[in-house]
Amino acid sequence: MNIVVAMKQIPDLQQIRIRNRQPLLDDVPLTFGNIDKNALEAGMQIKEANQGKVTVVCAGPRELADTVKEALAAGADEARLLIVEEEMDSAQSARLIAAALRQMEQVDLIIMGEGSGDNYSSQVGSRVAQILGIPQVGFASCIEVKGSVVRITRSLEDCEEIIEAQLPVLITVMSDINTARIPSVSQILRAGKKPVVSIEAQELGIDIGELSIETISNLAPEMQRRQIVTTSAAELVRALESEGFGGRG
Amino acid sequence: MAGILIYSDKTRLALELAEAARQLGLAEDRAYKAVSINHDEQSLELAARGLEVFSIQRSELAAADTAAMASALCQTAEQLDVDTILLSSDRRGKELAGRLAEAWGAGCLTGVKEWVFLEGRTACARSALGGATEAIQIINSPRRVIAISPRAFIPVEGVEKGSVQPMEVKIEASTIKLVETRSLAGDTVDIQAAARLIVVGQGVENQEELTRGQKLAVLLKAEVACSKPVASDKKWLPEDRIVGLSGKLCKPDLAVILGVSGQVQFTVGIREARVIVSINKDENAFMNKMADYVLVGDLLEVLPELEKYLSQ
Ligand SMILES: Cc1cc2nc3c(=O)[nH]c(=O)nc-3n(C[C@H](O)[C@H](O)[C@H](O)COP(=O)(O)OP(=O)(O)OC[C@H]3O[C@@H](n4cnc5c(N)ncnc54)[C@H](O)[C@@H]3O)c2cc1C
Ligand SMILES: Nc1ncnc2c1ncn2[C@@H]1O[C@H](COP(=O)(O)O)[C@@H](O)[C@H]1O
Repeated sequence: MNIVVAMKQIPDLQQIRIRNRQPLLDDVPLTFGNIDKNALEAGMQIKEANQGKVTVVCAGPRELADTVKEALAAGADEARLLIVEEEMDSAQSARLIAAALRQMEQVDLIIMGEGSGDNYSSQVGSRVAQILGIPQVGFASCIEVKGSVVRITRSLEDCEEIIEAQLPVLITVMSDINTARIPSVSQILRAGKKPVVSIEAQELGIDIGELSIETISNLAPEMQRRQIVTTSAAELVRALESEGFGGRG
Repeated sequence: MAGILIYSDKTRLALELAEAARQLGLAEDRAYKAVSINHDEQSLELAARGLEVFSIQRSELAAADTAAMASALCQTAEQLDVDTILLSSDRRGKELAGRLAEAWGAGCLTGVKEWVFLEGRTACARSALGGATEAIQIINSPRRVIAISPRAFIPVEGVEKGSVQPMEVKIEASTIKLVETRSLAGDTVDIQAAARLIVVGQGVENQEELTRGQKLAVLLKAEVACSKPVASDKKWLPEDRIVGLSGKLCKPDLAVILGVSGQVQFTVGIREARVIVSINKDENAFMNKMADYVLVGDLLEVLPELEKYLSQ
């Protein structure tokens, strides 16, 4: 069973500082989005239950060579890096990833996050499934593979759907599908020896098209709160009353 | 000028899309229409509010089949001379947006909260960097698929009478099988509609404390919402009570936040509240910097006291 997990390299969101409403991204370490780590964990669990191989595919700048070690340490067998230095939109990323998947021999299951950590647009998975002409199930909270059939629980706001599909299928996962494992020291050491294929995007021989999204600005919202410190519950209740929020209505 | 088409499987969200389309149509001088799929009631409701509705009635077309839905909408768009499709940015709509955009050759943005009209161009406001920033973005391709966040727009007001017409499309053979749908029954609280919220975070350490939080909510006539781990990991509350980026964006008059650290993925869901109170034992908790009133203390002690003073 060949499982591919697509993971996006992003700045560590916890470490982004804001100055004058500008996000400061220099010196912020690169990592993978948390949900993408859940996607990898989902792939690992399926591999462990069914035998097979997990390949991580990432499209992005050269620093990926380092970032991807995180995924290899967490259990991925090998990685394919699609190197592009320019900023890409979701459509372009999807075209690259789809082209790389086409080059691989027999892919049974493609797993992605429901949204990338930085852009969170939930587009890339759907676009890749459309390009490849395969079925998709988004927002999975459970995946079970039985032979060539996969059974997925799609978790929507108001209901859950149980869906069956024949492989190959593209699935996007929710963060609560699992808890991603934390690699041990020896796994981290071994990660460096796993096969990593780096492909310059141009070598894939496809046209990923123009950037279709133009970002006019990207600023932290203005936020001024009073931050009045109250020193006791009694004082807080008085403050609430003065704002018109009394107890008992 | 080519028109705007709206679609959501949920009528409430379709009415919000109609309002978003009305505003966009005014700014860009375009007409807007709706498509509804296997949903007569929705067609009539939209028509009653003045929309020209195209109704697809094909029982073999299931909303669960994203590929077939994208194909049906694509064909509808081709027949109706539109270049912009608005979908809802709930999970169903987000999943559909990417597939439809790819099938239709469109640029796409999801999670759009607002239109920003700039000298003849329309930009979309949406959260980025995990909620840390708000990006203003323009789709520069001739076709656009835009998924609009639930509750970003009010439902459209009814004006004159619209119409309902049938729409024919070819349905692709389904490649998935919907075995079962389980409704997440029971919880009918809508935290986005609540005027006051008590928001429970991981600083609420056990179920007993949770019960105290719920009591506080009764005293303050508030609904109980929570941070993500409280629902997703601890399963103390249902997922539809989650505030934040992957939960709901709320704008209550009052939000009393109990033991939430204030990561941006959370705060993005509450920062538009009128008054924010943060109770946290860590005086440096980021949540406190986003609050109007701060009480530094241990909830184990503070909650019983609040209860006492509020019931006096
Ligand atoms: C892509 C993505 C999307 C996400 N979406 C969401 C989302 O929609 N909503 C969301 O909430 N999170 C979301 N998260 C998770 C988010 O980053 C935080 O992990 C989460 O909000 C933390 O929840 P918390 O503040 O309740 O818990 P913690 O971070 O553990 O904070 C607990 C707080 O309680 C305080 N505390 C502890 N004990 C006490 C006590 N006895 N008395 C008083 N105070 C106490 C602590 O000082 C601390 O500040 C998302 C993350 C990612 C990566
Ligand atoms: N550049 C990328 N490289 C690899 N995977 C990606 C990339 N961009 C997005 N993905 C995958 O697509 C998912 C959804 O991303 P998005 O559409 O940006 O929300 C992510 O969770 C990843 O699994």
